[in-house]
Amino acid sequence: MEKLTGRSKVVSNKKLSFWESIYLPAIIGGMFITIKHFFRKKVTINVPEQTRKRSDVYRGMHVLKRDDEGRERCTACGLCALSCPAEAITMVAAERKPGEEHLYREEKYATIYEINMLRCIFCGDCEEACPKEAIFLTDRLVESEYKRKTFIYGKDLLVEPLEKDKRIDVSKRQTPEVLEFKKNKKLTHNK
Amino acid sequence: MEFATILFKTILLFVIFVITLLVAMYATWAERKVAAFIQDRRGPNRAGPMGLLQPLADGLKMFMKEEIIPMTANRVLFIMGPSIAMTTACLTGAIIPWGGNLTINNKIYSLQITDLNIGILYIFAMVSIGVYGIMIGGWASNNKYSLLGAIRAASQMISYELAMGLSIITLVLTTGTLSLSEIVDQQQGWHWNIFYHPLGFIIFLICAFAECNRSPFDLPECETELIGGYHTEYSSMKLGFYLFAEYINMFISAAVISTLYFGGYHMPFIHHLDLSPNVMTLIGSAFFFLKIFFFIFLFMWVRWTLPRFRFDQLMNLGWKRLLPLGIINMFITALIILLNEYL
Ligand code: SF4
Ligand code: SF4
Repeated sequence: MEKLTGRSKVVSNKKLSFWESIYLPAIIGGMFITIKHFFRKKVTINVPEQTRKRSDVYRGMHVLKRDDEGRERCTACGLCALSCPAEAITMVAAERKPGEEHLYREEKYATIYEINMLRCIFCGDCEEACPKEAIFLTDRLVESEYKRKTFIYGKDLLVEPLEKDKRIDVSKRQTPEVLEFKKNKKLTHNK
Repeated sequence: MEFATILFKTILLFVIFVITLLVAMYATWAERKVAAFIQDRRGPNRAGPMGLLQPLADGLKMFMKEEIIPMTANRVLFIMGPSIAMTTACLTGAIIPWGGNLTINNKIYSLQITDLNIGILYIFAMVSIGVYGIMIGGWASNNKYSLLGAIRAASQMISYELAMGLSIITLVLTTGTLSLSEIVDQQQGWHWNIFYHPLGFIIFLICAFAECNRSPFDLPECETELIGGYHTEYSSMKLGFYLFAEYINMFISAAVISTLYFGGYHMPFIHHLDLSPNVMTLIGSAFFFLKIFFFIFLFMWVRWTLPRFRFDQLMNLGWKRLLPLGIINMFITALIILLNEYL
């Protein structure tokens, strides 16, 4: 019969001989294999003293970005919530009042923006969906907690700090196409 | 007996008891370390340096856990099960010669709690009573799975005891005694029994693994496939006792193996060193413990190498392979002895 793959093997059904059925030779062979591992280099990483380097594009906890002037980029359009397969994002939108221009970039903003970290599957779809480059996934980890409630992260945890030096760097996540697009300062998006 | 002898024996008894518990405690730690090392991991290293306080933490955890006795269980028997397992495991240490003779104030004391002239039979008796601990535990739980698990464990232990007995008979044939101290004395220097009874030793070793319910014969404790077995219903320190008894059994088996086949506390070449008898005795005991630790390591090494047997394979190996091998071994040994006498 024609073989379907190059990896197929003929299965043998032969009876074990006496010495094979007493298992000893095989056991001793196996023990040599395990004792070799006994002296091998250990691969364990001692968390938390040591950390494994995560990839630049690791999809960890989210950040809500501010723009260069420190205004929140999110315009509460709801596209992230819509694209979220886990339905982890909830938000309440509000209109920007006069005098709040230094706080919010657009006329509409999110008063409440919550991500349920227990639901989130860190797929990154929200990041993809956002037209304002407001939400990004980062290499930060979601801390472990004792209560379910505390896993609902509000704006206090998600929005990045105002100070320039404490901003969260997401430049590594951006594709060359995005970087190219951002250079064109004529587009309103990039202003 | 004089007062001094009684005092010495009492102290020795106490010391051996503490050593047994300590070794069993640290065997749990060593088990995890060995497992980790064989799997390229590090094992416990948080509690104390190198995780050395881990057994204490585990013990504390066991004591703090909720204790549940099922409503339908027979309370008396339920508590008796683990107690019997633990007691019999500890009792066996009494007849093992832990070392040679110590001379204190011109009196000679032997480092063996009691020198029974039927030592080997005593061990077998204790092991057999250990089966009761398991059977009673499984029965008292009033749970079908526990009972089945207990029957499985008991039948395994009884089956392997036969082959074990046969391998011991060959030993008794050549040494001509059942007393452990005499068997050890005959093995001075390099006259270790392993060289005269290699096959018997292998049979004995395999059976010892099965008697201790150690892998690959650890059917009584497979949680996923068989719901644990005889200790399914046990919780907190009662379960701890069962598990702990297993480690004590392992320690005692290692001691028995070294005594019967590896010269016990005798160390080759020690007589050339020109030491005082007391120091020699102590070095001998230390050497004995080295042998024991090696066998405990062997138990662990095998456990993390081999997968578990299926029950029918287990029974086949016991009855169809080891038993005939034991009988053949016995006949060959007997024949050689006869030929030696008449030729
Ligand atoms: S990463 Fe995926 S699952 Fe998580 S919030 Fe964004 S879209 Fe939803
Ligand atoms: S994060 Fe982006 S996608 Fe989500 S509401 Fe804000 S602007 Fe819209």
